[in-house]
Amino acid sequence: MKKIDMFPEQPQPEYLSGDGANDLPDDLFDALPEGEKQSDIINRPSISYWANVYSKLKADPLAIAGFVIIAMMTLLAVFGPIARPYSYDEQNYSVINQPPGPEHWFGTDKFGRDLFVRVAYGARISLTVGLVAAAVNMVIGVFYGGAAGYFGGAADMVMMRFVDIMSAVPSLLYIILVMVTLGANVRSILLAMCLFYWLDTARIVRAQILSIKNQDFVMAARVIGESDFKILTRHLIPNSIGPIIVAVTFLIPQAIFYEAFLSFIGIGISVPVASWGTLANDSLSNMSMYPHLMIFPATAISLTIFAFNFIGDGLRDALDPRLKK
Amino acid sequence: MSDEQLLDVKNLRTSFLTSGGVVSAVRGISFSVGHGEFIGIVGESGCGKSVTMLSIMRLLAGNASVKADSLFFDGRDLLKLSSKEIRKIHGSDIGMIFQDPMTSLDPLYTIGDQIMEPLKIHKKMTRREARRKAAEMLDMVGISSPGQRLDQYPHEFSGGMRQRAMIAIAMCCDPKLLIADEPTTALDVTIQAQILELMMEMKKKFSTATALITHDLGVIASSCSRVVVMYGGLIMEIGLSEDIFYRPLHPYTNGLLNSITRAGGKERGKLIPIPGSPPDLMNPPVGCPFTARCEYAMRICAEARPSSTYVSENHSAACWLLHAKASGMRSGIARHGR
Amino acid sequence: MGDNGEFLLKAENLNMFFEIGAASLFSKEKRLLKAVNDVSFSIGRGETFGLVGESGCGKTTVGRTIAKLYRATGGRIIFDGSDITKMTDKEFFPYRRRIQMIFQDPYTSLDPRQPVSEIIGTPLSVHGLVSNRAERDERIKELIHMVGLKEDHINRYPHEFSGGQRQRIGIARALALMPEFIVCDEPISALDVSIQAQIINILSEFQERFKLTYLFISHDLSMVRHISHRVGVMYLGNLVETAEVNELFGNMIHPYTQSLMSSVLIADPAAAKRQSRIILEGDVPSPLNPPSGCHFRTRCRCASDICSCVTPELTDVGSGHMVACHNAD
Repeated sequence: MKKIDMFPEQPQPEYLSGDGANDLPDDLFDALPEGEKQSDIINRPSISYWANVYSKLKADPLAIAGFVIIAMMTLLAVFGPIARPYSYDEQNYSVINQPPGPEHWFGTDKFGRDLFVRVAYGARISLTVGLVAAAVNMVIGVFYGGAAGYFGGAADMVMMRFVDIMSAVPSLLYIILVMVTLGANVRSILLAMCLFYWLDTARIVRAQILSIKNQDFVMAARVIGESDFKILTRHLIPNSIGPIIVAVTFLIPQAIFYEAFLSFIGIGISVPVASWGTLANDSLSNMSMYPHLMIFPATAISLTIFAFNFIGDGLRDALDPRLKK
Repeated sequence: MSDEQLLDVKNLRTSFLTSGGVVSAVRGISFSVGHGEFIGIVGESGCGKSVTMLSIMRLLAGNASVKADSLFFDGRDLLKLSSKEIRKIHGSDIGMIFQDPMTSLDPLYTIGDQIMEPLKIHKKMTRREARRKAAEMLDMVGISSPGQRLDQYPHEFSGGMRQRAMIAIAMCCDPKLLIADEPTTALDVTIQAQILELMMEMKKKFSTATALITHDLGVIASSCSRVVVMYGGLIMEIGLSEDIFYRPLHPYTNGLLNSITRAGGKERGKLIPIPGSPPDLMNPPVGCPFTARCEYAMRICAEARPSSTYVSENHSAACWLLHAKASGMRSGIARHGR
Repeated sequence: MGDNGEFLLKAENLNMFFEIGAASLFSKEKRLLKAVNDVSFSIGRGETFGLVGESGCGKTTVGRTIAKLYRATGGRIIFDGSDITKMTDKEFFPYRRRIQMIFQDPYTSLDPRQPVSEIIGTPLSVHGLVSNRAERDERIKELIHMVGLKEDHINRYPHEFSGGQRQRIGIARALALMPEFIVCDEPISALDVSIQAQIINILSEFQERFKLTYLFISHDLSMVRHISHRVGVMYLGNLVETAEVNELFGNMIHPYTQSLMSSVLIADPAAAKRQSRIILEGDVPSPLNPPSGCHFRTRCRCASDICSCVTPELTDVGSGHMVACHNAD
């Protein structure tokens, strides 16, 4: 970090020092024309909220690392399966349990399936689950919590009691129920998660809205005659978006973890579809013999979850105005 | 000079490091406070008046840097003291009152505990002695039935009473200097006057020097004998209260006086505002900070910072209008009538 | 002007009670906070009515009730001949354009996420005062010049402005709708001294130019005196005295008004020395549990027995000077 001069000297004109000090030129004492007065000038560059957030994020190495990892995972998810001449369920008994090598970058499993392609395919599932679950729960949570917070009173009471009841039931129960009725696939995992995931977001949004809805600028919007919907969408939500984004960013790794966990214990995505959880589960039986089968999916899970957490931390620091120096 | 003065500050500078850059909040100011003197530091928000006092007390956050040529309090160089020694001075030799009594009182402790705390630490009093003294102090600041009040918590006190309790805490160790940072701003009109009277009474009783920081010229006029006017991190004018109010030298002081209504006065004069806004101290002007808003600005004002010029023993101002060559401009002003 | 002349706004026995603790599970008892209690006044077209009092006296609540931010719990508000008290939001919408508000704290009254163009432009769009983008931009520029800011300010965000500049933006937002009536809720108390005069002068200038009517709420008696034509003094939810400005300041009758005036700190050392203060004993009682009879009696130097039993009515003591005090006659 470069040294900052805390006491910058302001150069004073030469005529002040030395012999001339008592004999200043007369014209210096002429009136300063109105136009040369720098009144009401704002000389700081205009920085919008998001530009400020961006510049803070850029200065956070962990958040940058997080973004890089997620970018790499995304590339892996999109191009990984195409990059290799294998498909995720193509079995080849002549190359079972191979260690990583030039033919099979991450090695193969007990059916001779290419592990690289399967991990890449797992990335598709994990990232999809994480992002979709987060996006859906954000939309529901923001509108539900926002409405409860803004309207307050009886509406708030009823809406939040419903949230309380929903969150009183263990989430695993919903998931198993949905998986059993709709079958074990990505769609039902997503559906199951969307059922309860928004509850926390709704609570956070409501608390945020409550804390700003009595601020003067909301009053001002009402005096102008803006509609309730506009006040909610144009003032309240934009002003509470920081904590919401942070909360949602932290929900992504949770969702990914949940999917991996469910697949790992065998009630999530079922074979032959490869998710990181099922891959890790598959490797369990032969872990001591073929550790690469465990290492690659486990690393992928950890890296992704770490990365999202780093991003979440960075966003929280960047978005929270109270931490502003 | 420094052995006569209680507090003597020479070329104090304070900067803050922020995400946007360095903010030079105080940019080289010198002043002194005599023993038993009631001095007012007046200026608008952001002029550096509070930062000045906090710098002297070393009470600033970590992103602040303080520099001074000298900083003497009661014969001791504050710049050379360790933070432990500074803490010893706090609460014993220097008492402080802040704007919002609710945030400076700890809600978890009774008022009594908070008055007794410094007594036990600095005066080495026993609990019993401290309690007696605390009750005495509460009585002195005009809180009735002090014995009961000692055991109450800050939230049980009203705003005015909290400020009285703060004064009791600040005064209990018999400080040589009382720093009051906007002590009346958060209070209602009727309570403001009460608190101000109390402070003046305290000053008389203990002959404590008081430095009152405020933006309110009414508060200054009702209490201070000497006034420091600050603007843009610099001192614009120092003088006796009468000098400042009746014979202001600096156009800024003059502008301030013109922009307020003199409520007691008979006539309803028109307000003459100072146009524009104060300078941004992240990028302060090279010359006089008031140039942009000054009716009488000259070319030199934009280029060079004026040094302070004395017109009498106690009255000085930093303004180029006081320079011999500015006579043309001065006569123009005289014609318009200030 | 006053009651006999043409009035633009009239409050009749206005009540604004808040229920406190109603949501509690364990107590059914609802406590009433009588923030505004039986307050009546009228404001003539083109005049400024100053409302003064200490914090918690209900002056801000009066302003917000009139701006329909709160729904009055009793009494009537009559604006330009129509009773707006019971109007639904939809019925009231056209009046929003005519009744605007300027807020106390310029740091919280502007949405930090919106640039100035948005803040000033929104009222224009909401009320359909402009038909297209170009017209809107033109109008925003006009407004920003009117309050003394520059064109290159319009794309900046509130946090980039100083307090005075923000308050001018707040004024521009209120003026965008070309209102007839503006509730000025302590518009200068958060500002610096040199800026206060700017804002006061801008308000006076626009009052003349656009024939505006103001309800000017403040705790600063000297500013109220400076800007108002008529003044009302509030204490604990009640209006205790109201009169034409010179009459009120020259002939204060209510003991509270007298002590309030004597507490003002005069910015003049000699006058300050001469000033004799009526120091009020004690603090303002809790509005949840105000004293019986006259609310001021606990701090009043001339309180007698009648003050604790009978609530004094606001009565005319001559030439529109109204006082609520038993000792007024």
